[in-house]
Amino acid sequence: MSDALLQAELRTSPHVRGDLTVDKIMRHVVYALLPVCAWAVWQFGLSSLALLVVCTAVCLGTEQVVCRLSGRASTLGDWSVAITGLLLALSLPPGLPLWMAAVASVVAVAIGKSFFGGLGFNVMNPALVGRAFAQAAFTVPMTTWTPSQAAGRFTEFIPSSLTLPFLQPRSIEAWMDRVAPDGFTGATPLALMKFDHIPTDALPMLLGTITGSAGETSALLILLCGLYLVLRKMMDGRVVLAVLGSAFLLSGAFFLWNPDVYPDPVFTLFTGGMMLGAVFMATDMVASPETRWGVWIYGGLIGVLTVIIRLFGALNEGVMYAILLANAASPIIDNLTQPRIYGAVKTAEKKAV
Amino acid sequence: MSVESPALIFLNAFLINNFVLALFLGLCPFLGVSNKLKTALPMGAAVIFVMLVASVCAYGINLLLVRFQIEYLRLIAYIAVIASAVQLVEMTVKKFSPALFRMLGIFLPLITTNCAILGMALFQTANEYNFVQSLAFSLGAGAGFTLALVLMAGLRERLDLADVPDVCMGAAIAMMLAGLLSLAFMGFAGLGG
Repeated sequence: MSDALLQAELRTSPHVRGDLTVDKIMRHVVYALLPVCAWAVWQFGLSSLALLVVCTAVCLGTEQVVCRLSGRASTLGDWSVAITGLLLALSLPPGLPLWMAAVASVVAVAIGKSFFGGLGFNVMNPALVGRAFAQAAFTVPMTTWTPSQAAGRFTEFIPSSLTLPFLQPRSIEAWMDRVAPDGFTGATPLALMKFDHIPTDALPMLLGTITGSAGETSALLILLCGLYLVLRKMMDGRVVLAVLGSAFLLSGAFFLWNPDVYPDPVFTLFTGGMMLGAVFMATDMVASPETRWGVWIYGGLIGVLTVIIRLFGALNEGVMYAILLANAASPIIDNLTQPRIYGAVKTAEKKAV
Repeated sequence: MSVESPALIFLNAFLINNFVLALFLGLCPFLGVSNKLKTALPMGAAVIFVMLVASVCAYGINLLLVRFQIEYLRLIAYIAVIASAVQLVEMTVKKFSPALFRMLGIFLPLITTNCAILGMALFQTANEYNFVQSLAFSLGAGAGFTLALVLMAGLRERLDLADVPDVCMGAAIAMMLAGLLSLAFMGFAGLGG
């Protein structure tokens, strides 16, 4: 009895732990994505539901296979692969043939993440790696947009969704004539603005009743979901602010310079993948910088690159490439913005370099 | 004669048709020297310098070749020019920074056979750039090479700590990284055009 009382318990630090674990954060990101997914299904119906299911399932399957092949314990339990799958599905056009989505999912998880050593070592956002691959490999289906809130969307697939692997996607023209409102050209607000100079009202873009990728249409919903994560301290709000802020400022400057040619800054923020990218993709914890100034530089880089690609590039959407490029630059940004070690004198620091 | 502005030519060679990530020229020094940021930057500087010298010399030599109608000697003349420029760089680096000279190792003399530099010289002739345009082109090509090298080095330094599966170690993961970078650079397509 007395021996037990005298025993000292030796533990190494840390002694006090927060209750935030990787699993928990990732799980809450999935929760925050669910309303966006629900909106995507409401907007585009059965096809986007199938897209979500296929992407997530293939991502999970790929992770499992790679884990087994490399002789590691399964990492399915940390929820991060589910996020990759959902984000990828949300960033794809709703009528994309499902087999292409499956290929993009395999690339996203295998090449984007597992080959680098799994969670924590991926150099770029895996979902975007998958999407960029799909964009390069299947250019036409990746830029074919279908009308949102089409009639009968809950009872039938968009015809192109069910294309058999390695075949040409089925034509959707007959289907479009039947379901789409008159005058629908299959162009997103961004493409309308860029190629025809037809602006779109801000309200539909805010609420998300426009056309576009499955999950990127409702700016408001994405912002609310992001806000939840920021308030729970599971996401870096500074990145979102930096991305949106820099994009707003730069596009605002161009708008003031020549309002006839360049879209207004509000349009820039509410169109395309800007919101989804800024809130859920740019904030990838692994592939973004960690230093205090680095975070702002990284976010600013994304915003600036997006606006430049949108306004001056051949593509009408640049968020994906902007984030990938900023991901690639983030080790350099981290390197350049190392904070001074406490107590170190500035001149001494220079000598060491 | 090409009428593009020098700024556009620079941008084109720097980002849009980046010599490494879009045209896939000069891949061996790109993969060989991108292990460390410390060697990547001087290597990039050396390539920029050699590109500039080669561009100026190639421009002059091309005038001579055209004057005497011996254009078929272009390839060999350019290679000779590049080789001598590299010799110059090599001697300078060896004299002023022996440590850097050892770090760059075989890749410094190998700039001679760097297809990016010969490619730059041949492109500038094929596009019929004038002197200023040639300078902008070579500067852009060199800067683009350096940018690719530095981005790659940053990523690879980070991957030193990563738990890469055995099958992907070494060259495999470097090639995959290069592919991903190239994918990201596709976003610049058509910029300014």
